[in-house]
Amino acid sequence: MSDLPPGLAARLVSFCEDLRSEGVAIGTSEILDAFEALDTVPWTQEDDFREALGATVAKSQEDRRVFELLFDRYFFRAAESEALGRGIGEERRYEGGERLDLDELRESIRQAIAQGRDGEMRDLARLAIAAFGRRGEGSGVIGVDVQRIRRSLGLQAQGRGAEGEEPALEREQINRFERHLRRELERALIERTEKLPPSRPLAELDRALPTSPAQDLAAVHRAVTQLKRRLATLGHEQRGRRRSAAVDVRRTMRASLETGGVPLRLKHRPKHPRRPEIYVLCDVSTSVTSASVFFLSVLHALHDSFRKLRSFVFIERISEVTDIFERERDFRTISERIGREGGVADVSGYTDYGRVWLEFLEQIVDDLGPRSTVIVLGDARTNGREPHAEVFARITERAGRTFWLNPEPRLYWNYGDSVMAAYERHCTAAFECWTTRHLEDFVNVVAGGTPLVDQA
Amino acid sequence: MAEPSTPAAPTPGDPSVAGPPGSVTGVKEALGRVGYLADEPAALVAYLAQRLGKPVLVEGPAGVGKTELAKALSRATERQLIRLQCYEGLDEAKALYEWNYRKQLLRIQVESGGEGSDDAASWEAVHGDIFSEEFLLARPLLHAIAATKPVVLLIDEIDKTDQEFEAMLLEVLSDFQISIPELGVIEARSHPIVVLTSNNSRELTEALKRRCLYLWLDYPEVEREMEIVRLHAPEIDERLARRLVEVVHMVRQLDLKKPPSIAESIDWARALLLLGADDLDSAVFERTMSIIVKHRSDMDLVAERVGMKLGGAQLGAEAAG
Repeated sequence: MSDLPPGLAARLVSFCEDLRSEGVAIGTSEILDAFEALDTVPWTQEDDFREALGATVAKSQEDRRVFELLFDRYFFRAAESEALGRGIGEERRYEGGERLDLDELRESIRQAIAQGRDGEMRDLARLAIAAFGRRGEGSGVIGVDVQRIRRSLGLQAQGRGAEGEEPALEREQINRFERHLRRELERALIERTEKLPPSRPLAELDRALPTSPAQDLAAVHRAVTQLKRRLATLGHEQRGRRRSAAVDVRRTMRASLETGGVPLRLKHRPKHPRRPEIYVLCDVSTSVTSASVFFLSVLHALHDSFRKLRSFVFIERISEVTDIFERERDFRTISERIGREGGVADVSGYTDYGRVWLEFLEQIVDDLGPRSTVIVLGDARTNGREPHAEVFARITERAGRTFWLNPEPRLYWNYGDSVMAAYERHCTAAFECWTTRHLEDFVNVVAGGTPLVDQA
Repeated sequence: MAEPSTPAAPTPGDPSVAGPPGSVTGVKEALGRVGYLADEPAALVAYLAQRLGKPVLVEGPAGVGKTELAKALSRATERQLIRLQCYEGLDEAKALYEWNYRKQLLRIQVESGGEGSDDAASWEAVHGDIFSEEFLLARPLLHAIAATKPVVLLIDEIDKTDQEFEAMLLEVLSDFQISIPELGVIEARSHPIVVLTSNNSRELTEALKRRCLYLWLDYPEVEREMEIVRLHAPEIDERLARRLVEVVHMVRQLDLKKPPSIAESIDWARALLLLGADDLDSAVFERTMSIIVKHRSDMDLVAERVGMKLGGAQLGAEAAG
């Protein structure tokens, strides 16, 4: 610890404070580890320094992302405030801005971005700012300026109109250039105003993992994989051992040691956990449009994980879509096909829960048994039609367990035409669920929930 | 944990072992010599693990070389690799130690056969006897702890076990010791390098993470993967290698059930060498695709998306899975 330059320890601790305030769980032991680790790497090497710090304090991919963002911001600010304090500034920083050819600049920026050379990108970002500033378009608001510069440079990500034969750039690469732009603009601003802007907490948007439908899907898949493991082993401990007949010789012998080799107590082999049969009913009507993409992705993920799964979608009537999911892999195709041939595109487009229960019961009444789990994804808004809660009750009686995932916050349940209370009574449990986080909560409750283990 | 290690404790990064020299680049080179091209973060964490004597938790998608990192470390440091493969239902009898009850029984029978069973002193002797190291079956964790030479301990796919097992690991990972109620505490004679891998299929507990260094491994960039492929299939033409890696990257972009791993890129490169292919057109791709894509539905998707993009004139005619 003694090798670290003076002042660094305090900085590190305050950096860790910042990380904590962003929700990264850092204990004292992690900070001590960080010191120990930093002792062994040359702290003048930025990359080593960052990696060593990262490996000791950020213990998941999400944490690591927050760490990267904060690391940049924190040490950037630290350096700038030091520079301010000592009155160091960069003279003539935008030298050369006047004789720049914008087209040439655009071309070299494009190349630097494509090849991902950081140092060059930083220099070019400065030049771009200079050229841009000369035209007097600077607004003084950093976010606005970044976008204006980017537009005037004609930087666009793949897919959105690659003009001519210019190779399209990856969005991620452009973002990196944007970060340089932002950084340089900030630096200029700090120098102009001679003070640091107040530090703000990271925007929720920044800290979330880069989101694309594919990645949301991945998160859903992860939660569902957990669900699968939990459902598969649920009640394992309580169920087996006592009731089953097969004697576990090895464990019996081991137990007999306590009684001097005489097997007084028989140990039984645990019974195999149940293979759940799952029925999923998913509302795809207009009232849950925003949630139905999420629900369909949950369905999609469930199909990957469970073999004995039958899925149904419904609006006014119910329709089984099990084979669409089994045949198709691509999520987009699935949602299109469900819209086209799911057979639910009904006259009114309004959900009729009562009718759905009647039809569902009729279709699968013979298959439902104590081993079945029914999961309903829907908002329980009946549009004023008969809810037929008694039919739903019959379904839940026959099924081993019934869960209801509602895409509305609990606060809105039973307001307007929502008849959630009538159904919730019959469910094993009901949850609000519109993000993967909720889905994970659901999984956790299912896992730890003693009341959910079958009552028999 | 805070204060510098006490003299009695085994020194991390034992100097007596022929291992990489004390720098990050040294570790990187040593790993490179045994066929593992580590990137900066991986090399640094491997270095820290040796210097600080802390376990490393490696997370990342399947097939990015998490397990391989541990194996390479064992080769580079010339330590024995002890591997504990985790699975659901793994318990301490399989991971830590177990009493060899058959032998214990035998011992008891021999004793009772020899003399009359009325002798209380002999009972005491037997009792103390059957719980000694002779009757102990060491499982991987105990092996690693009790080894006289330092080892590399690989705990593979820790996310497959349940939380109870993780809790049991804590003693081993932070104090490098195992308490056996009948015997007492067995402390590590040497300091193992511990590598835990996880496919991130469930969140590990804070307590476990707290004790580890964290490393996230991702699929390598095109350049690095090319180096890796060419290291393991040296005869391959550079141009072909680049093409191959680019295609693999393209395939990884798709939403597949199982994206191709690095090992599979290497296998593919070797297969192409065997077939004597000098270019990767759609015909060759169709024929050899099964090396990198291993699901029926994935194959359709890949054939459609990637097969199309590859040049090579007649694709529809003779190809088709």
